[in-house]
Amino acid sequence: MTTVALKPATMAQALTRALRDAMAADPTVHVMGEDVGTLGGVFRVTDGLAKEFGEDRCTDTPLAEAGILGTAVGMAMYGLRPVVEMQFDAFAYPAFEQLISHVSRMRNRTRGAMPLPITIRVPYGGGIGGVEHHSDSSEAYYMATPGLHVVTPATVADAYGLLRAAIASDDPVVFLEPKRLYWSKDTWNPDEPTPVDPIGRAVVRRPGRSATLITYGPSLPVCLEAADAARAEGWDLEVVDLRSLVPFDDETVCASVRRTGRALVVHESGGYGGPGGEIAARVTERCFHHLEAPVLRVAGFDIPYPPPMLERHHLPGVDRILDAVGRLQWEAEN
Amino acid sequence: MTVMEQRGAYRPTPPPAWQPRTDPAPLLPDAAPYRVLGTGAAAQADPELLRRLYAELVRGRRYNAQATALTKQGRLAVYPSTTGQEACEVAAALVLQEQDWLFPSYRDTLAAVARGLDPVQALTLLRGDWHTGYDPREHRIAPLSTPLATQLPHAVGLAHAARLKGDDVVALAMVGDGGTSEGDFHEALNFAAVWQAPVVFLVQNNGFAISVPLAKQTAAPSLAHKAVGYGMPGRLVDGNDAVAVHEVLSDAVRHAREGGGPTLVEAITYRIEAHTNADDATRYRGETEVEAWRAHDPIALLEHELTERGLIDEAGIQAARDAAETMAAELRAHMNQDPVLDPMDLFADVYAEPTPQLREQREQLAAELAAEREGTHS
Repeated sequence: MTTVALKPATMAQALTRALRDAMAADPTVHVMGEDVGTLGGVFRVTDGLAKEFGEDRCTDTPLAEAGILGTAVGMAMYGLRPVVEMQFDAFAYPAFEQLISHVSRMRNRTRGAMPLPITIRVPYGGGIGGVEHHSDSSEAYYMATPGLHVVTPATVADAYGLLRAAIASDDPVVFLEPKRLYWSKDTWNPDEPTPVDPIGRAVVRRPGRSATLITYGPSLPVCLEAADAARAEGWDLEVVDLRSLVPFDDETVCASVRRTGRALVVHESGGYGGPGGEIAARVTERCFHHLEAPVLRVAGFDIPYPPPMLERHHLPGVDRILDAVGRLQWEAEN
Repeated sequence: MTVMEQRGAYRPTPPPAWQPRTDPAPLLPDAAPYRVLGTGAAAQADPELLRRLYAELVRGRRYNAQATALTKQGRLAVYPSTTGQEACEVAAALVLQEQDWLFPSYRDTLAAVARGLDPVQALTLLRGDWHTGYDPREHRIAPLSTPLATQLPHAVGLAHAARLKGDDVVALAMVGDGGTSEGDFHEALNFAAVWQAPVVFLVQNNGFAISVPLAKQTAAPSLAHKAVGYGMPGRLVDGNDAVAVHEVLSDAVRHAREGGGPTLVEAITYRIEAHTNADDATRYRGETEVEAWRAHDPIALLEHELTERGLIDEAGIQAARDAAETMAAELRAHMNQDPVLDPMDLFADVYAEPTPQLREQREQLAAELAAEREGTHS
């Protein structure tokens, strides 16, 4: 019996591998965006694709996000599967009209005659020292738009599996890439990628009994670290990685909260009108009688994303999470 | 030498890879809109084409009148009329081959009908029973686009994809004068020119974006001039001259089909009716102006040519009107029936597979409908 050597790989490498495998498996998959060709993307996620598959299948477009997504719509209408890159979260905003007025609803407005299998890759979130307009967490905007799937990997294996699933999906998928995890390494065998569930399944990353941390993307490693640190306080935290924000996996989340009786949502984007409000409401509606304390949120502040020298005060960190866990306990005891 | 003198002497040296287009003149539109009817060139026009255009114009005018009447009767939620603009609508449809694609704006139902779409299906959006009443792939007509100019990049992407596949497909995208101010117009033209996509952009300049006149929309000499900056030819045509519009669009389609890339065509026309039934056109334009354009009516222009050349007689004119009347009667008959709608369709095509959340909501609606049927719903 031979054992497969698991080599460390970065999330960016797994994403590249997913794009390459998808393009090799399906000639209708086209990668397009600003700088994705010769340069291989500013994060090098599309590295080598233009060389391997030609510039017609990995295309450097003019610098115009609405044009990138708008032409991708037409390409999808003709039977291609475009994978577009938005380069940075805040650069995607010019494409919002195409996304909201056409991409998200083309299947619906044509009664299913014209689905649009487009994957929109959006590197998102902070923590990399980016200047203004390079660190937004825009997931709430995407979540609020019916017709889109919204997914975000937090592990190297999920980066591969979820991107393959997104490209294979017959519906448009906003694929949020936590850019601060691009260089996070994990042991991963690219030749036997972890089978990934269909889009829409959350996963328990760390089992526990005291409380459930509900999180996704860039906040997952922070929550796992907090869970380790909490052990010293005698708290045994369960950590749920949502992976998919739309559809939302009520089943996995609620099963966890019913076991632990306490829930805390952790994400980078602002709390007001943010994903955490929706998640807290869903959990409360479904698990009220199991809850020992109100569902709490640890989110970014309700401010425009701060300049890099101040971002560490904005991003939810281990201490802020542990403080909130403490409040969950207090609520339970009083 | 002073710094200022140095600056004055400075000429940027382009890097070797930069190849500026040295002569934009071939791209520039003519100073006056291209015309055929009323000129010597009209004698060259194919009689069969003239008769076909005429029949379609008469049918189109009747369609506009019928749809407007249906709006007044409350059968349509809204109808943006193309009365006076029929030449553009009809020519846009007729220059395309079977495999080509049409990308209409919300005002271009008539172009879709002239391409062969069932008149009732074409009005689904405007009646309000669903957004798009036809399968776009079956007819190669994209959904009528309500947001302005957003369908233009779709046309570019589709044409580009077709060319990558090696298919002989041209996309014709329609937009109004107001739509040329939108960012998507710019991005679509730029992508089309860079990719040399087989696309034709038809701007119907009907003078107003709802109430805003062209002078407040653009400072360009003409909308066709905008083409030059993208590196594609711009053509200016009399939008009420069906033969001229047909010829200019045919040239542009042929150019695209032969690998020559995109063309921007500006057709100068006029919206005789208000923007929609919700609009009061008397607030922004005088009746004198409208009357002047009525005198330049696309049907009258073509009818004059046909009659002068003896290509049509009273019976021929009557036959075109009768055919139009039959279409209108059938349209009325269909539109006067209340559409049968299934509320459960609300959840049918949001995703390929409904999300668990939508399944729950679907069950909720089903329960509400059941309660309604049993009369127990308050």
